[in-house]
Amino acid sequence: MDNLFWFSDEGILSKFESELDRLKIESNAKATFLIDKNGQLIGSSKNTESYDKTSIGALVAGNVAATGGLANLLGEKEFSILFHEGENEHVHISLVSGKLILVVIFDESTSLGLIRLRVKKSLKVFERLLIELEKNATQGDKENIFSDITEDDIDNLFDIGGK
Amino acid sequence: MSFINYSTREINCKIVYYGPGLCGKTANLQYIYDKTDPNLKGKMISLATETDRTLFFDFMPLKLGEIKGFKVRFHLYTVPGQVFYDASRKLILKGADGVVFVADSQVDRMDANLDSFDNLRDNLQEHGYDLDTIPLVLQYNKRDLPDIVPVKELEEALNYRNVKSFEAVAIKGVGVFETLKQIAKEIIIKLKG
Repeated sequence: MDNLFWFSDEGILSKFESELDRLKIESNAKATFLIDKNGQLIGSSKNTESYDKTSIGALVAGNVAATGGLANLLGEKEFSILFHEGENEHVHISLVSGKLILVVIFDESTSLGLIRLRVKKSLKVFERLLIELEKNATQGDKENIFSDITEDDIDNLFDIGGK
Repeated sequence: MSFINYSTREINCKIVYYGPGLCGKTANLQYIYDKTDPNLKGKMISLATETDRTLFFDFMPLKLGEIKGFKVRFHLYTVPGQVFYDASRKLILKGADGVVFVADSQVDRMDANLDSFDNLRDNLQEHGYDLDTIPLVLQYNKRDLPDIVPVKELEEALNYRNVKSFEAVAIKGVGVFETLKQIAKEIIIKLKG
């Protein structure tokens, strides 16, 4: 079961989300997301229903991976911050302890300077929470939800969609 | 790397379609996308060149049913098949839970199949994965074309692990869902431990 990334600590998960909310409000951003390096969404600030979070996760992770590859070619370990400037909407992307990716979407109602300042503050909180999460993950016994799955359970997954 | 979120009760797994250029990886995803209930799929993203060759990857999230109260979602990716996009292929394999190797059945693509399979092994190794143990399914595509290699020969050339393999015509949907179902099964069986 080493090929798994567990997020079993709901308490810490909600702390991640509280910090995402706080960052969104304090920086006057439109939305904040936290994803892992494979593009899976870990949490988001409130009122993000209008965003296609799954696709944003996959594309941001691809983006970070590609620029990471570029960094390696240039002899850098990684680029810790990426910024994409659009006509109206902008995206600020930063790495959390090299493991998670913090995404902030904002527009002209704030400034890049404020976003950078608030992101810096939040990164420290996320880094602390990540340490806490990893510490707890090595302690608790997690329920193995796969242990008594039958072939029928797997077949039933496909009862919907496809043929 | 599978991702289990207890708070939202979701399991997410990553499947990568791998194979030589123009073997039909994107066609597999496109068929799945076209035939899946809109409520179960997210947007299909294709990062392609102007000539529709995959530049970085195709991506499609697919929601399936539930297992033990956990919603199961598969994230399907393809890699660019062209030889010179190796850096992109490496990046996309990162975190993969399972691989579908799509082989082109045409006689004159056999060398490309073998090169791509070797390339898969090397790129998996760079991420610390082993082609001998990772969930793997083979798909022999383009079975409707003339001048194709007999399945027996494809099996001898590629299926040294004796994994499940499927004959396919991806653009017509033949073998596409069978392949997807099988790799999903392999991944869940591996997660069972």
